[in-house]
Amino acid sequence: MGHAPQLNRRSFVLGTAAIGSGLALGIPFGGPTAVYAADGTPEVNAWVVIRPDETVVVRIARSEMGQGTLTGLAQLVAEELECDWSKVTTEYPTPGQSVARKRVWGDFSTGGSRGVRTSHDYVRKGGAAARLMLIQAAANEWAAPVSECATSKGVITHVPSGRTITYGKVAEAAAKLQPPADVKLKDPKDWTIAGKPLKRLDTVEKTNGKMVYGADIKLPGMLNAAIKDCPVFGGTLKSFDDSKILGMKGVKKVVRVGDSAVAVVADTWWHAKSALEAMPVVWDDGKNASVSSESIAKWLQEGLDAAQPAFVGNKAGDVKAAFAGAAKTVEAVYAYPYQNHATMEPMNATVLYTEEKCEVWTGTQNGEAVFAAAVEASGLPSDKCEVYKIMPGGGFGRRGMTDYVRQAVAIAKQMPGTPIKLMWSREEDMLHGRYHPITQSKLVGAFDADNNLIGLHMRISGQSILASVRPEGMQNGMDPVTFQGLNASGEAAIGYTVPNLLIDHSMRNPHVPPGFWRGVNVNQNAIYLESFMDELAHSVGQDPLEFRRKLMTKHPKHLAVLNAVAERIGWTTPAPQGVFRGICQHMGFGSYVAAATEISVTGGNKIKIHRIVAATDPGYAVNPWQIDRQIAGSFVYGLSALFYGECTVKGGRIEQENFDTYQSMTMKEMPKVESILMPSGGFWGGVGEPTICVAAPAVLNAYFAATGKRIRSVPLKNHDIIFA
Amino acid sequence: MASLTINGRTYEIDAEPDTPLLWAIRENAGLTGTKYGCGVAQCGACTVHVDGQQVRSCSMALSEAIGKQITTIEGLASEGAVHKVQQAWIDHDVPQCGYCQSGMIMAVAALLETVPQPTDEDIDLAITNICRCGTFQQVREAIHAAASA
Repeated sequence: MGHAPQLNRRSFVLGTAAIGSGLALGIPFGGPTAVYAADGTPEVNAWVVIRPDETVVVRIARSEMGQGTLTGLAQLVAEELECDWSKVTTEYPTPGQSVARKRVWGDFSTGGSRGVRTSHDYVRKGGAAARLMLIQAAANEWAAPVSECATSKGVITHVPSGRTITYGKVAEAAAKLQPPADVKLKDPKDWTIAGKPLKRLDTVEKTNGKMVYGADIKLPGMLNAAIKDCPVFGGTLKSFDDSKILGMKGVKKVVRVGDSAVAVVADTWWHAKSALEAMPVVWDDGKNASVSSESIAKWLQEGLDAAQPAFVGNKAGDVKAAFAGAAKTVEAVYAYPYQNHATMEPMNATVLYTEEKCEVWTGTQNGEAVFAAAVEASGLPSDKCEVYKIMPGGGFGRRGMTDYVRQAVAIAKQMPGTPIKLMWSREEDMLHGRYHPITQSKLVGAFDADNNLIGLHMRISGQSILASVRPEGMQNGMDPVTFQGLNASGEAAIGYTVPNLLIDHSMRNPHVPPGFWRGVNVNQNAIYLESFMDELAHSVGQDPLEFRRKLMTKHPKHLAVLNAVAERIGWTTPAPQGVFRGICQHMGFGSYVAAATEISVTGGNKIKIHRIVAATDPGYAVNPWQIDRQIAGSFVYGLSALFYGECTVKGGRIEQENFDTYQSMTMKEMPKVESILMPSGGFWGGVGEPTICVAAPAVLNAYFAATGKRIRSVPLKNHDIIFA
Repeated sequence: MASLTINGRTYEIDAEPDTPLLWAIRENAGLTGTKYGCGVAQCGACTVHVDGQQVRSCSMALSEAIGKQITTIEGLASEGAVHKVQQAWIDHDVPQCGYCQSGMIMAVAALLETVPQPTDEDIDLAITNICRCGTFQQVREAIHAAASA
């Protein structure tokens, strides 16, 4: 396979400076309107273009950032289209085109593991509708009834006569037909392209250096910019002395960017960055300069017992009464730190601004958000702005934000007509993340005299993502996303029934900006709840698996994945000498996940992970091969966070500036992940994020089994616990 | 002006001698397959071969590379035939976002030159590149496949 002509074409387009060429132009064509793709081929519909050479171009609105969504969505369209998979390629419609066509491609946002699960329906219908139109066009040509025609691999057959014609031959005629009012989708059990372990469509260019990332964009006459924003969040730029650097080789201009940043524009990025480093800059750190990790921790700690305000996320019975009548209570306090996404490619965006047009090239998880940012930052009307999505070197939630795009537009506006590529240094990327929110949690469990869990109170104290990122999503002042994996029902529901339950949140928002970090709030919620479930089990001398099972009888899907990992790890049989097991389960992003580990510990602090078993029930599995990769990769993200990940605050700013102080796992630390994919059907869950959250508690519970020590804060490096 | 030999071709590079080789390759020679990830030799995204040895090009000065044979990801395939490491990467569908993979592939290609049949331990010691997508499981499979190709 390895088709990605769309990407090659884009680089060609960029290389020849034919920038801004539209993807599709609406051209009246007799009766019904055919819409033409940029290469002159008429669209069958918005999702499908079939060229005369039989190439099938599937339009993808969501962003590929490594998670495989591009291939998965193409599979879903191709399945319903019944085309030849080997002829399939993809292209991104632009946000500007989508807006101009009344958002015909729907939502571009690619986060929350939603890429497939919230667009499967309409993209499949797009494929199915295109197929019906192609059949109709063939039937018209043959003057035969549609009911006598069949399709397979891009070929339409008139069954009674045996005549055949290919999609490419009738695509133009099909494009002029009215789309069908209603289409019927296939039963997933009949899938032949979707649901299969197919290779990605974008691999070859990632092995030979040809894939163009945002950082690789080249435009004629382009200059490069390096930027420094005030390291203290909320601080401002007081002054800078550009006389020290304006004579340096390649330096073209020094510009103020908003109230808090300064950028150097030069011929090369290396010149820009070197000059920026050499320029004296004075910051006004502002009122946050005294904030530290310690002051934040103290504030959050106060929230663990604060009476009001506390937002209730899940409630059953009466925990107060349960605690009052309990034979025994168990209590523990946990904490989770700030983390940086640390995408391999630092944030960047390239902008060409003139008084007539603002164009942006960038790797983004949300083309429409970038488009809105470009409109706002440029001050131009929306029909004068356009965004070209480029392959991002990682997203993980960070590239759903548009701060770096706004900066690039602000710089380009000061140099009209000159394309500007703004790229952050790794240091800038570390200092200006949108960090995994910081929280603490106090959990109290109550038992009756027969050691039944009769009450559970889980208080979360700390930061809301929505309050900062999407305040319009708050509900009566409460951030519902805080309770991911803890809700009574829905796509992130708790897997236990406890008769008296209270899960609430004392919101405390430090000045450090939070963001959606791959896995979001299930990451810490799973550590808190699943570690504490283990504590509760051990406190009454019960097996952690059996203890959970008793509380899960009304949660069969949660239980099924837990049972699957228990069986695969051999929970009921003794572990090898010196090896200890941990287990946990959780739900997030519509999928049920569980993990079990086998570890050994030497010297009390050196952990060797021998096995990881991870089970996922995402409802439907569109590409099992790619899901396996997401699961294995999610353990790298989750275990890197567990062992190393922490951004600390001192003087109001983040202390870690590069990978030497913000470590990430490498080959030698990576255990083999045995994934169990068990789609039970009937719902659509995500796969990019859910399993991250079970990585840490599975290891922490095994560590307790091995050492009798309960670790209640991460990362493990702060406890001098390391990989063996 | 310095003369660099990259992928068998001579490039006249108009850059200061202390410019990191990475930026000379990316911005002066225009070969963008080699990536910037950290600038401090931690992540390995910028890995190239200099006289056959894997080097983190962000931390080598351009002046140190003069007169040496530099190979980047663009020059790994010879005569249009993909390198066995690239082929294994394609067969095993290794890359996710792919940004670190140029450096990863170059590091692996260098390893196989010196240790044609690496054990898992050899791999653990030699391949220290960071991949935030977490492709390590497929990287390991593909290394073994390339070694036996």
